Amino acid sequence: MKFLHRFINKIKPSFEKGGKFSKLHSVFEGFETFLFVPNTVTAQGVHIRDCVDLKRIMSVVVFALMPCLLFGMWNTGYQHFRSVGLVQNPADAVQSFWTIFWFGFWKVLPIIVVSYVVGLGVEFTAAQIRGHEINEGFLVSGMLIPLIMPADIPLWMVALATIFAVVIGKEVFGGTGMNIWNPALLARAFIFFSYPSQISGDKVWIAGLTEGTGVIDGFSGATPLAIATGGTGDTAASMTVESLQQQLPSIYDMFMGFIPGSIGETSKLAILLGAIVLLITGVGSWRIMLATVIGALGVGYLCNLFAANPYMALPPYYHLLMGGFAFGAVFMATDPVTASQTNTGKWIYGLLLGMIIVVIRIFNPAYPEGVMLAILLMNTFAPLIDYYVVGANINRRLKRAKAKS
Amino acid sequence: MSRIIKLRKGLNISLKGSAEKILGKVPMSETYAVKPSDFPGLTPRLCVKQGDEVKAGTPVFFDKNADKIKFVSPVSGVVEAINRGERRKLLEVVIKPDAEQVSEKYEITADLSESREQIIELITKSGNWSFIKQRPYGIIANPNDKPKSIFISGFDTAPLLFDIDFVLSEQQQYFQKGIDVLGKLTDGKVHLGVDVNDFASCLNNIKNAEITLFSGKHPAGNVGVQIHHIDPVNKGDIVWTVDAQHVAMLGRFFSTGVYDAHKIIALCGSKVKRAQYYRIITGAKITAFSDLIDHDGSVRYISGNVLTGTAVNKDGYMGFYANRLSVIPEGDKYEFLGWAAPRLSKFSASKSYFSWLTPNKLYDLDTNLNGGERAFVVSNQYEKVLPMDIYPVYLLKAIFAENIDKMEQLGIYEVIEEDLALCEFVCTSKIQVQAMLRKGIELMIKEMS
Repeated sequence: MKFLHRFINKIKPSFEKGGKFSKLHSVFEGFETFLFVPNTVTAQGVHIRDCVDLKRIMSVVVFALMPCLLFGMWNTGYQHFRSVGLVQNPADAVQSFWTIFWFGFWKVLPIIVVSYVVGLGVEFTAAQIRGHEINEGFLVSGMLIPLIMPADIPLWMVALATIFAVVIGKEVFGGTGMNIWNPALLARAFIFFSYPSQISGDKVWIAGLTEGTGVIDGFSGATPLAIATGGTGDTAASMTVESLQQQLPSIYDMFMGFIPGSIGETSKLAILLGAIVLLITGVGSWRIMLATVIGALGVGYLCNLFAANPYMALPPYYHLLMGGFAFGAVFMATDPVTASQTNTGKWIYGLLLGMIIVVIRIFNPAYPEGVMLAILLMNTFAPLIDYYVVGANINRRLKRAKAKS
Repeated sequence: MSRIIKLRKGLNISLKGSAEKILGKVPMSETYAVKPSDFPGLTPRLCVKQGDEVKAGTPVFFDKNADKIKFVSPVSGVVEAINRGERRKLLEVVIKPDAEQVSEKYEITADLSESREQIIELITKSGNWSFIKQRPYGIIANPNDKPKSIFISGFDTAPLLFDIDFVLSEQQQYFQKGIDVLGKLTDGKVHLGVDVNDFASCLNNIKNAEITLFSGKHPAGNVGVQIHHIDPVNKGDIVWTVDAQHVAMLGRFFSTGVYDAHKIIALCGSKVKRAQYYRIITGAKITAFSDLIDHDGSVRYISGNVLTGTAVNKDGYMGFYANRLSVIPEGDKYEFLGWAAPRLSKFSASKSYFSWLTPNKLYDLDTNLNGGERAFVVSNQYEKVLPMDIYPVYLLKAIFAENIDKMEQLGIYEVIEEDLALCEFVCTSKIQVQAMLRKGIELMIKEMS
């Protein structure tokens, strides 16, 4: 690696002030520190430092997302071949595993490339304008964005949404660490409200289904959530909770992820693997994950008690398996910047989040999925929750002083 | 039976090069120095000039804002140099010791029958007042205040063990005397915090002090943490603190009437050939230890512990409050893809590395920053290593915003740099917590005076 380091040192001057490429200083520095942890030593304060840094934390999250990504690629292919009638169930798919995977791979890879190239481009530009070092935050956002998109999303939309998320969601507030909303979810919300037909309905979740060529008769690409919405409103009258459960994919399929949905959200098994990584390393907050699950189950049980339609009567654990709940609770809600930052706050934040997700799902037929909106809403309120938690600390201190005097 | 307080939060950093419990001797240093920078917030006024002859205990400068408080020469000799920095700021008064040492002497009754005022007069005049610090702010106490209580920590939990029990083992009667003297300065209690595992400690036999036993990791041995759990500092309160060894030195002064700046320090760290304890005189030049240190490569010499100490040059001087000379390697080298590597030889409180799997391993850490400075991202990291009911990040943000009210509400009166040093160590975003906190404290002093 000496050779590489010598090379970097050789080209370094042209990126410094007055050099030919001084406009690319932040970019150069970003790449240099990526390759080599710099020789900076502690100047004041502590003389030794923990070896953890933001690059490590962010790469742990990206690593934890890998099972979701790989499964998502396979499932994109699987769902497509299912729609054209080439496979019926996962067992059929074993022989043609690589065909299926490669189909999905080539479908998903461009989305990832667009997300990273566009997002990092904005990030680099912003860092250069401000004269800052490049922040590692987008390494995670850039992976999250593709994983919460439908496989058939037009690439220009991904690009536009990414720019919106990074500029309006992050850079205007001052960059990583200063943002109010989770940038990846903001990208999805942007598409959701700007191009609703591209990100809702029964057809968008499966690659090629919108075009419709070769699709077998009677094939429905409906997600479990869309089916479950059938258990409310006018259609509910002719339905019991048992018939609704029969329409839904099996628990096994929903857990394993053999269902239509956003690229990375379908397999609860893959998400669980990621969750284990986040929990062991302590990078994701167990308080938020647990509280979100408790909140969702709690409202689910309440709905069971007062069930007015089959959806309300659905066993609460269905909510953990359908849609983006698991992915949101593990990877989105736990974003340390946009979640509550105090431990008490995290419990409140998680509980409310879980509750609101289920409330939106069941009681608002306009939005079959509540995770995105619920997280963005709770992101908005997280500082308020912390404000009161910290306020309680201030009051304890005041009370202590009064008790003395 | 003493009260036991269990602290769950904290972090022990196990480093190579702990001092062995052997007391060694080093020859007298070629020079000694008194440095105003050892005393935060002090504006010094010189009272000697180059070439003056001084005894051990002769004032060399005093506090401009409280001229009673004298800072004295640790040895008898000649003022060799008065070193100044930018804008003629006084950096150090350097004294070359005589072969024959003479000290200032004072008349003191054997049974300590002096009044509080007389005792304060004796302590300030003799140059021993700088032992006594106050909370809030961690500055030298004001002799005109009456503290609600006085705190002494009887154990040190910072990295590279400094065993106060060992250091005081032969000075127990002086330590007791020091406690008795301090008892005269407050109407409240003199509190002594002792490590619950140290049941053999000589400190358990001390009288006239309220002993509280603590169990927990660093910073359980920090006096600030102990105050927080025993008798917290509220707005308007003043508490005094004294380093355990300084209590013994105070007691020695009141027993003998002679100014005597001898103290014991631990020479420690992975760059030390024989890590053990040495008896020195306060303000010694560290070249006295030169033969005992491995100077290969770049080396950092720290007067104090690796979390809160001050970096000094190879020929620098020991700080006034320092109980350790820690010597560790500098980290001025590049590491290829270090953030992605397993880094088995490095230590992290984060479980994204593997050091949590080997809790008994000793580490040889260098001074590399291990990353770049960022905005706050990771939450609940500081709280895990701070056993106090304080939200450090919110306090730091209040300091950053220079919001005096918020700083006060969030507990700035209760902490000084050493209490938040671990927060700085574990910080993923490499924020300079201690420097920020001192800035906030300075702002408080300015605004509240």
